[in-house]
Amino acid sequence: MNWLLVVVGACVGAPLRYLTDRAVQERHGTKFPWGTFTVNVVGSLILGLLTGAVSAGAASPHVQLLVGTGLCGALTTYSTFSYETLRLAEEGPWFPAAANVVASVTAGLGAAVVGGALARVWWG
Amino acid sequence: MIGAVSAGGAVGACARYGASLIRPTATGAFPWTTLLVNVVGCAVMGVFMVLITEVWSAHRLVRPFFGTGVLGGFTTFSTYTTDVQRLIETGRPVTGLATFVLTPVAALVGVGVAVAATRTVLASGKSAGTDVGEGAK
Repeated sequence: MNWLLVVVGACVGAPLRYLTDRAVQERHGTKFPWGTFTVNVVGSLILGLLTGAVSAGAASPHVQLLVGTGLCGALTTYSTFSYETLRLAEEGPWFPAAANVVASVTAGLGAAVVGGALARVWWG
Repeated sequence: MIGAVSAGGAVGACARYGASLIRPTATGAFPWTTLLVNVVGCAVMGVFMVLITEVWSAHRLVRPFFGTGVLGGFTTFSTYTTDVQRLIETGRPVTGLATFVLTPVAALVGVGVAVAATRTVLASGKSAGTDVGEGAK
């Protein structure tokens, strides 16, 4: 049962990342990886919210596996984030690569904190 | 294409879930399992991308399945950020800050070293092949 929840969540999360990345990258002319940035920040917000809901007893551990481990885990990615950062660093000046790292980790953490705060407001 | 990403994502997420069951992180502890999963995933991504862009002309579904799906599903950014958030909010700011800084540094070193090492191995393989070829003449 637990494994099935992770599988179902990931089967939705991974293609959602792929489609979001394509949609976002088509909408701007720069090489900056806004697509990966978007899924990582949105995924962090959802997981922050969900983790807060689970600790408040508003969501079950099954939802945590389905939406947290499965969907959010597959929606967000560290491997593509780090590979795209390396490509940025190899291709040009160092600034966009450094900006990608700093912006991604700070916005991701900020989104998780906001998600946790929203959970406390709604279910605290 | 979508099916390949989806199937790969399920495989990667199961591997990550399995890792979290084998080595669960205690409350308040440094999340080594997530760090290890992310760094290993980044290193494999480095090797894979060099092979697929510079060496192989792989089937068109290999990259969506393995790169986008398996490695994307295996590694996680959301668990990393919520781990940091929880550590800070539960009174472990030093562990939280260490996770926050160490993870991207280790991930970038992982992917960088993997790409460089793969290119070095490939280059030495090519030059060794040339030597053999010249010796045979």
